[in-house]
Amino acid sequence: MAAHRCVSSALLVFLCVLSVFTVARSQETTPPGGHGAPATDGPQTVTETTGQTAGQPAAEERRWEATEVKEATPDESAAEEQEAPAADTAAPSAGPRPKDDFQEELVIRPLHSGDIYASFQFRTLWETDFTRENKVSHYRLFPKSLGQVISKFSVRELHISFTQGYWRTMQWGQPYQPSPPGAELWVWFQDSVTDVDGTWKELTNVLSGIFCASLNFIDSTNTVQPSASFKPLGIVNEVTDHRFLRYATLPREIVCTENLTPWKKLLPCGSKAGLAVLMKSEKLFHSSFHSQAVHIRPVSPTSWELRQTLNVVFDLHTSGQGKREWSLFKMFSRTLTEACPLASSSKIYVDVTDNPQGEQFELSPATPLLSQEVVLGDRRTFSVYDLTQQITFGTVRSLNLLIRWKSSEGDMLRPLLHGERYVAGYGLQTGEIHTLMYNYHPYRSFPVLLLDSVPWYLRLYIHTLTVTSKGKDNKPSYIHYQPSKDRLRPHLLEMLVQLPPNSVTEVTVQFERALLKWTEYTPDPNHGFYVGSSVISSLVPSIVAMDTNITQERPLFSSFFPCKEESSYFVRVYTEPLLVNLPTPDFSMPYNVICLTCTVVAVGYGSLYNLLTRSFQIEEPSPGLAKRLANIIRRMRGVPPL
Amino acid sequence: MAAPLTLLLLVAVTLRAALFRAGLTDLISGRVEVVSPLTAWKRVVEGLALLDLGVSPYSGDVFHETPLIIYLFHFLVDYAEITFILADVITAVALYLAVKDYNKQVFRKQRYALEADRYPLDCLEIIRSPKEMYYIPLKVAMFYLLNPFTILSCVAMSTCGLNNAVIALFILSTIKGNVLLSAIFLSLATYQSIYPLTLCAPALLYLMQRQYIPVNFRRAGFWWFIAQYAFMYLGSLFVIVGLSFFLLGSWDYLPSVYGFILSVPDLTPNIGLFWYFFAEMFEHFRLFFLCVFQINIFFYTIPLSIKLKEHPVFLIFMQLAVISIFKSYPTVGDIALYMAFLPVWSHLHRFLRNIFLVSCVLLACSALFPVLWHLWIYAGSANSNFYYAITLLFNVAQILLISDYFYAFLRREHHLTYGLYLKRKDGSEATLVLK
Repeated sequence: MAAHRCVSSALLVFLCVLSVFTVARSQETTPPGGHGAPATDGPQTVTETTGQTAGQPAAEERRWEATEVKEATPDESAAEEQEAPAADTAAPSAGPRPKDDFQEELVIRPLHSGDIYASFQFRTLWETDFTRENKVSHYRLFPKSLGQVISKFSVRELHISFTQGYWRTMQWGQPYQPSPPGAELWVWFQDSVTDVDGTWKELTNVLSGIFCASLNFIDSTNTVQPSASFKPLGIVNEVTDHRFLRYATLPREIVCTENLTPWKKLLPCGSKAGLAVLMKSEKLFHSSFHSQAVHIRPVSPTSWELRQTLNVVFDLHTSGQGKREWSLFKMFSRTLTEACPLASSSKIYVDVTDNPQGEQFELSPATPLLSQEVVLGDRRTFSVYDLTQQITFGTVRSLNLLIRWKSSEGDMLRPLLHGERYVAGYGLQTGEIHTLMYNYHPYRSFPVLLLDSVPWYLRLYIHTLTVTSKGKDNKPSYIHYQPSKDRLRPHLLEMLVQLPPNSVTEVTVQFERALLKWTEYTPDPNHGFYVGSSVISSLVPSIVAMDTNITQERPLFSSFFPCKEESSYFVRVYTEPLLVNLPTPDFSMPYNVICLTCTVVAVGYGSLYNLLTRSFQIEEPSPGLAKRLANIIRRMRGVPPL
Repeated sequence: MAAPLTLLLLVAVTLRAALFRAGLTDLISGRVEVVSPLTAWKRVVEGLALLDLGVSPYSGDVFHETPLIIYLFHFLVDYAEITFILADVITAVALYLAVKDYNKQVFRKQRYALEADRYPLDCLEIIRSPKEMYYIPLKVAMFYLLNPFTILSCVAMSTCGLNNAVIALFILSTIKGNVLLSAIFLSLATYQSIYPLTLCAPALLYLMQRQYIPVNFRRAGFWWFIAQYAFMYLGSLFVIVGLSFFLLGSWDYLPSVYGFILSVPDLTPNIGLFWYFFAEMFEHFRLFFLCVFQINIFFYTIPLSIKLKEHPVFLIFMQLAVISIFKSYPTVGDIALYMAFLPVWSHLHRFLRNIFLVSCVLLACSALFPVLWHLWIYAGSANSNFYYAITLLFNVAQILLISDYFYAFLRREHHLTYGLYLKRKDGSEATLVLK
């Protein structure tokens, strides 16, 4: 059934692409009018073009079907528990496709806070088998360094992200690719790997070199094997035993230019052409949030997907001199002039869902293409700019997208799931970690998986674990706890909690702060120690399914049960990392301490030794100094002493 | 004598129950002076919680009690407070009975010596009288039960109280001359925390003295007795260790309990010498100093048993004191155990040299521990050196205390042989010195 559907969907996508192209060409002559596509139009309008409402019924129908495929793709992947990809991932699967394929896209989402969220995605597909005996030697689009890593370390899936800043879910909504502050790495190995820990150690060192990052600080003290939170995202899931999974975060890792440069070099066009020309580090790092990631996964038994993503949030109020205006040039100090020649598709999407009539902001140059996707459980409308079309660049041969805000009000739909974390208590002896999980869904409760990896020097007391929602005890239905070993492995706490509708669930657990050896402290010990983010993974009931208006557009017989594909979507939320102070010894006096303690031991030893070896004797008075001197002189004179 | 003891027990139990009711447990059980990572009640509860979760309590580094303790509290967790009160009562009664019996023997020996005219004539004033010895057992029980250290330890539900009970029962059975029970309790105490192993020397000496077996390496009887005792000791140790294995189904507890005691990975501050020393140690010297410090505890056994082979009970006292000063995770509960013996040596007071200074230092340090802890951990106005300085001073005071008692004991023995008022050759009053 699934296979059948896959084939048919591939065909449909091919048709869709064709139709889009034909429509776009036919649009070259038609002047663009108002680009309003009603947001609540239902799944029919995906590629609705302006000025063409009912002209070609056949083409309309084809486009219509194609949209369903586009929607189905993220749902399929959501079923695999992955972040719903924003893009048309199944596009190049039709026909005799090349052995490898490269796509690039940029999604721009104006946020309600007035910030701009830009999300780059670069996807390289390659039909090859890295696990084969004879090594893959000829590389075209796929970066050789990563290919060698995959075959040498028998990697099945690799996900690595470097993030600077914290994603503010309550202000910005859900990101397309969530990532925790600092570095995060999780890898599924093939089940042929015997020494997983050794391979993991080597792999982190190699990746450390590839990405110029401190991944070599990943060792057994910050690596865990989650049992449920991180499932393979690849389509081919042969390995599901979590013995082959390793997960580690480095919350302290600082991401900067030296990490971006090697990341850009993995792209087929480098930063020479295509969307990557926008990535100037002086602009990218002058932002509120920056996250770059590499995801490698198998998408069929013989093909691999490399997905490089870069998410950045620009703060308009710091750089806009009070004017609420945004353009590619202003943000990236570059405009676009061409697509990457190696890319089979190169697109820019601008989220215009909240701007159906252009009352919020004005987008120029206007685009005729609109697309509708279900992203993160919400139906969004995007204006699409296809960079492979020369028309996109207009007469000036360069594309400088411009958004000019008209009004600042706007109401964001609150994300349904949100997490927070903080440390309570005072003093350096004990403390309590509070994790708050918000379910903003008005009437649905849903289960979430909470994963906490706490370093060994915060000794968790699991018997103090409490989970409360709405003032009542909320017993987790599943708890996986692995206690820490000093200097060997961290605590791992995973649990499945049911979040009641419209509630806050608070998870608290007490810990004790350990005193470390003086060499185990960081160079700035009073800055504190970082504890990586908690990971909250969940299948969240979708907003689309929540929307009851949808039934009005549909035939009544089709809409009694909520459509399964749309009913829930996978979300991963990262909480803030914690900064915890530990008691410190005085670093300046190891010699003194060694001397003083040894003195005390010597006092004990000496006084006992004295009493054990000597015996009591009557003290004979010793002669005075004058007498002794006199005796010495007398002896020299040969006279008997006094 | 039974009435005052009952009254004392009632007072002690009431006091503890009142403190439990007052909800002071949470406050006191957080004190690093009272509980160590080995004995903290919070960690016992954590171990039980881990068992309930289906995780081996020894798979982590929080729980370090022995398997028998965890299975004991698996059944008694609801009666934990009563268990700890009971443990203190048992310790006090055992010490009371042991000291009573010991005093009888001391008195009997003294009478034989007097009858044989072995003491010099001027020693009559240091001969012990039944009148002053009458209340000593009660005082011992009182010193244990009403010692603030014991009370704190009990209210914090430190499992140190249980170890003390086992050691007290071992002392009782040794002094009563029961070889088998002595071996069993010694193996239990060793199983709980390795260090009581050194108590086997005084136990052997005492039991041999009681059975009139001369301590002579050439005699077969001597070796035969040692072999018997060793067999009983090792046999019961084997049974206990095997039992723990069957309760848990794995040997995980060996590194987690004994490895933890010996290698000192947890540097949580306490009143001992280990924590700051090994927090500040240079990495390549760590193993060396670890060995030195651990051998230090066991090493004193040999010279002390040679010197005190006629006085095994004093040797027990010395060993307990040495253990509680130099062990890796000491708590005030350990100190309370050897301090309970101080009334037994009340006849040594005239020979003590600096008891006033030492008691002042001990009192001052006990008061300063919480103050400096607060300044370091909560107020942030002091650093670790302050607390460390107090632990150093506290340990110096303890060392001076026991070496003073040792000195006084040796001096009294010397006087009992050579007379109390010694004269020089020229007839003037002599002073004794160690040479």
